Amino acid sequence: MTEPVSAATPVPAPAPEVPARTTAPAQTRWFQRFTLGQRYLHAVLFTTFLGLAGTGLPLRFSSTPWAMRMAKITQGFGTILFFHKFFALVLTLAFIIHVREIVARGIFHRDKSIFWGPTSMVANWKDVKDLFGHMRWFLGLGPKPNFERYAYWEKFDYWAVFWGMVVIGFSGYAMWFAPFFARFLPGWALNAALVIHSEEGLLAILFIFSIHFVNTHLRPDSFPMDMVIFTGRESEEEFKTRRPDEYKRMVAEGKSATRITDAPQPWLLNFSRVVGFTAIAIGLTLLVLTLTAYIAE
Amino acid sequence: MKTLSSFGLTLFWSALLLIVPARPLHADADCLSCHSDTTMQDASGKSVGVDANKFHSSIHGSLKCSDCHKDIHDYPHPDHPAAVQCETCHADEATAIAGSIHAKASTSVPGATGWKTHPCTGCHGNAHETVTKADPNSTVYPLNIPKTCGGCHGDPAMAKKFHLPNVYALYIDSIHGFALGKEGLLVAANCTSCHGSHKILPHTDPQSSTYRTNIPGTCGSCHVGINEQYQKGVHGKAVAAGNTSAPVCTDCHTAHGIVEPTSADFRMQSTPICGSCHRDKFSTYRDTFHSQLGLLGGYTETARCWDCHKAHEVLPTADPNSPVNKANLIATCGRCHAGANASFVQYQPHANARNRKLNPALYYIRLFMNLLLASVLSFFLLHTILWLVRSRFPQFNGKPSGGKHD
Repeated sequence: MTEPVSAATPVPAPAPEVPARTTAPAQTRWFQRFTLGQRYLHAVLFTTFLGLAGTGLPLRFSSTPWAMRMAKITQGFGTILFFHKFFALVLTLAFIIHVREIVARGIFHRDKSIFWGPTSMVANWKDVKDLFGHMRWFLGLGPKPNFERYAYWEKFDYWAVFWGMVVIGFSGYAMWFAPFFARFLPGWALNAALVIHSEEGLLAILFIFSIHFVNTHLRPDSFPMDMVIFTGRESEEEFKTRRPDEYKRMVAEGKSATRITDAPQPWLLNFSRVVGFTAIAIGLTLLVLTLTAYIAE
Repeated sequence: MKTLSSFGLTLFWSALLLIVPARPLHADADCLSCHSDTTMQDASGKSVGVDANKFHSSIHGSLKCSDCHKDIHDYPHPDHPAAVQCETCHADEATAIAGSIHAKASTSVPGATGWKTHPCTGCHGNAHETVTKADPNSTVYPLNIPKTCGGCHGDPAMAKKFHLPNVYALYIDSIHGFALGKEGLLVAANCTSCHGSHKILPHTDPQSSTYRTNIPGTCGSCHVGINEQYQKGVHGKAVAAGNTSAPVCTDCHTAHGIVEPTSADFRMQSTPICGSCHRDKFSTYRDTFHSQLGLLGGYTETARCWDCHKAHEVLPTADPNSPVNKANLIATCGRCHAGANASFVQYQPHANARNRKLNPALYYIRLFMNLLLASVLSFFLLHTILWLVRSRFPQFNGKPSGGKHD
């Protein structure tokens, strides 16, 4: 498993400012960061999100020329709404699978590490310190914080999507099955559902297509795309630079061997690049459409 | 003596009869001996031929030529006989025409020559061939009227000159035009059904059948049931009370290009028409899912104004017969939303999330969502920009960008 990688493997971005503390490996070593399940979850998440954004925006901005053109091409909003509901169902399924996994791990298998500790998605005191530390570093007032497995902005992304799915999903289903939901919700909640659904959807679209894209993919350190979510692997250099605390903990716990893996396959890298760049291109297009329509409103 | 004088008088008259009308013209064959040549033209190139067969089978066939061409008694006759005066017989129609918009217009139609310029023959065609309006060959047979009127009113040059819409094309594609032209439905409205025939007045004339306040009565002459509903509704009452800004039939259905009211086209075009008066209601409607879904077609069944408020018998909300009266909401909403209950119908189809007084809950929810959106985006925008800038200057402040503190 620790065999040297082929010459075709892309060399990770050099980070000369990072002094190699451990004995420098002769060749790049690769570590597993995300499981196949997590990568599939992200793939389903961004595919359905693009679909939902692409079919939701023409409804939100139904008087814009591009929405009208889209409605014409698809023979009216019936088709657009059909796909919106289809993507919603797929995303709901993915959400249920994810929650089921949390429940299984956390409650049935008593795996407390998903609720607290360094590998948990739950925010802790270190995240607050990292946020302020990071801001100080932005301004040149202090050192860059040493991030753990999940940095504070990654946790924010996770919870933003989690909360977004609950809020948008619930309000969406309330409108889809309005008479059913009216059995236990007041009528004005149906009015509120549309306001919440469209505003939260707008927030998600603006956030993912600008902040998440830049923070995770388009930032100089990752430009043009962070492949780890597609391949599940990152090189030792990247690992040490980006999440030094996790790396240190892994070494201290003697778990390096269990996380070492082979280099990402070239076909997977190429495939991921095609998919990833397509997703980013669609996202940026939708961002421009949203911003122009929102400002014109 | 008496017998003798009487005989003398008879002889005198007989002699007179033999001498004075040297060539008696009450025999139409005399005229037709020349004029039956249908290619015959006068000096100015105007056709003066008469098709004898058509003339004899026409409604005027029993008349003598001189009954109409009164100044012609003899042959040779003048080169330019006087114009025929139709009103000698058709006095009522002539009076009506004289007071109509066509009295002025008939002589000024661009490009028109010959009988087309005449106020009678312009529509009824060649007087020598005129048949009764019940005859399918008549130019004023119901199925032929649109084409007859369209001869002028479908002419773009004419439309331009009199600043009229090119109504013929609109009519032909309308529900009336389709019923008449394609299905041959005699009772379908043709031009004269609404405008009248001889005494056509401009729609600005209060006497006109197409004057604003007369329109419900005009349409109602066929659409009796709809007119009854309309007269009971707020719009009908307002018009009856003299409010000319209240909508009449043509405001929603248009005058000539009337489309099937259940068609997608009509459902797409008419909500903004209601909205042109009910601006605040239109704007709040546009905020709702009903509008967002229905605005661009494909989902034309989503609720439009008249689906909830009714189209003709529009009543105030407080009226117990109004479909949007509280007592009727479950039935009204339930027409589309199976399972609508008392809680469901509290939904406000015209909620205004921007109005704190009318919709406080919605106002604060929208405010919260907007604040959330603004604060999250501005914080992370700043965060990302600072990060990007900092990434460009890894050596800034003399501190390496990573690992220095390791």
